[in-house]
Amino acid sequence: MFKKYGTFSKVAKLLSLNIALALIAATLVLPFTWMILASVKTLEEIGLDSWLPRIFQWNNYADVFNVKGIMFGRWYWNSIFVASWVTFLQVFTSSLAAFSFSRLKWKGRDKVFLMYLGTMMLPGLVMMIPNYQNMIRFGLINTYPGLILPAAFSAFGTFLMRQFMMNIPHSLDEAAEIDGASKWELYWNVILPLSRPAIVTLTIFSFMGNYNSMFWPLVMMKSPDKYTLPIGMLAFDSSQGQQTNLLMAAVAMSVIPMILIFVLMQKQLVKGIMLGGVKG
Amino acid sequence: MAEVILKNICKIYDGGVLAVNNVNLHIRDREFMVLVGPSGCGKSTTLRMVAGLEEITSGQIKIGERVINDVPPKDRDIAMVFQNYALYPHMTVYDNMAFGLKLRKFKKADIDKRVREAADILGIHEYLHRRPKALSGGQRQRVAVGRAIVRKPEAFLFDEPLSNLDAKMRVQMRAEISKLHTQLETTMIYVTHDQIEAMTMGDRICVMKDGLIQQVDDPLTLYDNPANAFVAGFIGTPPMNFFRGMIIARDGKLVFHEETMEIPLLDEWKEKLEPYIDKKIIFGARPEDIGSEQAEKEPNSPKIKAQIEVAEPMGSETYLYLSTGTQSFIARVEAHKKARVGDKIELSIYLPKAHIFDSNTEKLIV
Ligand SMILES: Nc1ncnc2c1ncn2[C@@H]1O[C@H](COP(=O)(O)OP(=O)(O)OP(=O)(O)O)[C@@H](O)[C@H]1O
Ligand SMILES: [Mg+2]
Repeated sequence: MFKKYGTFSKVAKLLSLNIALALIAATLVLPFTWMILASVKTLEEIGLDSWLPRIFQWNNYADVFNVKGIMFGRWYWNSIFVASWVTFLQVFTSSLAAFSFSRLKWKGRDKVFLMYLGTMMLPGLVMMIPNYQNMIRFGLINTYPGLILPAAFSAFGTFLMRQFMMNIPHSLDEAAEIDGASKWELYWNVILPLSRPAIVTLTIFSFMGNYNSMFWPLVMMKSPDKYTLPIGMLAFDSSQGQQTNLLMAAVAMSVIPMILIFVLMQKQLVKGIMLGGVKG
Repeated sequence: MAEVILKNICKIYDGGVLAVNNVNLHIRDREFMVLVGPSGCGKSTTLRMVAGLEEITSGQIKIGERVINDVPPKDRDIAMVFQNYALYPHMTVYDNMAFGLKLRKFKKADIDKRVREAADILGIHEYLHRRPKALSGGQRQRVAVGRAIVRKPEAFLFDEPLSNLDAKMRVQMRAEISKLHTQLETTMIYVTHDQIEAMTMGDRICVMKDGLIQQVDDPLTLYDNPANAFVAGFIGTPPMNFFRGMIIARDGKLVFHEETMEIPLLDEWKEKLEPYIDKKIIFGARPEDIGSEQAEKEPNSPKIKAQIEVAEPMGSETYLYLSTGTQSFIARVEAHKKARVGDKIELSIYLPKAHIFDSNTEKLIV
């Protein structure tokens, strides 16, 4: 090993780098570990110094579903339902807008795009009141569409998809046009499949962002059976007094969809960009 | 199968670039027409207007009996092969070829038959289920040609399809496309900047420069009777030698005169050259007409003295790069001719094949 890496100082460098990285990794993993361990403790144990529980209370996980006033299963489903719809719609509208901004020619296209980008500069809170007023007007308060529709469009997503699509060679459009493809067929059969890496990235961002979103559901949803997980979690702290161990079990379960999305999508990412039909 | 007729075609791009300037071209049914010219001469633009990928600023294009100015590309009944292949990277070779047919709602069995037919013709059967990424450049270009032929269009358009291939592959594909043309009996329009491709493949060649057509003729006519100095210099490797000088009359004979050389000219040229006496002209002679066997045998061949600067033996022949002091030129001589760099030698010029061009317009005089 010494031979391979050369001098002693080089080895020392490598070693210290690895230690530093390990420390950083540990600080990231530790809170997570604490959460998992706390989720299998009794409530009394939580405040104690020991990290490990005396006896693993696996039934905490089952108990989460049975706490009075907590509709964990229902909220779980709501969260997945809403985040999935938002993600699907965002990917669809963003890719469609990006297709137009990157591949169709129309007057003032790039200016409109810049303006659209400009909306990203506005903090989300500024949009909250006008959005809320619109939802009142449409009668969508306390409904799922009211939760989903305002999040169905994303300037960031459009930007991400457009930048990616700009790199798909235009000769493909021309080949498709001669092959007889309409603009929609070009989008659906050529550009969209080729944008897979961007779609995957946006799917991850979009799902995570919405699954975790707190403020808008809090404003929109009045009846407890329509809560999503982030609002629902608040109930652990208020309605039944502090039940930190159950809360930790609930949180541990609630991150599962995000981990799944990440694992599944990453595979797709690695499958990767399959360009190569065009000489680059 | 159809003729393609371009009438007074102009193209002005948004920035005001006049890319194609009043082009008139009649491409006959089943003809292999090559558009050739230096970079930026407007050949791609011309082809893309035929394809419908570029709007026609003015003029009229007809395919068969139909004026197609306002017909969208997909309804023009043409197919195009691009320089960068433009294969769909996410589709298999089979799907790449089938895509156009699927969009046109062909029956599955029919699609399959056509794709397999095309694959047979091009020898790409074994790759049908691969993605383009897993193919070599030559194979990709074959697939691109396959995608064009499954549609059985009225005309094929090629835009420099071979320029991304290595030299050997290019020669092979050149022959294959020529063969394909014989086999399919379809009109083909082929754009290239490579004059060897043009000469070897074209039934006729259209030479362009700065958006203007210089000459349209079959390869040998183009070679033997170039319309102007540009065509003469563009077609042929090494290119034609040009000597700039004057015509003077001496003892009733016309002579090409230059500081370091004098060439008595043929009597039969006299009538055409008379207006140019004491005026500047360009004398042109191809490398193979200087110092060649034919030139040396002819007793009346004029001779020029020059010094050898570089000798390039090609095996079958040798290229000599010579200088008279004021003029440089190339001679293509017999391979074993005794010639060393630095030698001063005398070479005969075979006059019947030489040309004289107007020095201002560069047009052919004789
Ligand atoms: N989209 C465009 N906008 C503006 N000018 C253009 C455009 N496309 C081409 N041109 C200009 O038009 C002229 C002709 O271009 P064209 O592509 O037809 O040349 P070409 O003969 O195909 O050259 P090459 O051998 O380099 O492909 C060039 O001067 C070029 O700069
Ligand atoms: Mg070109």
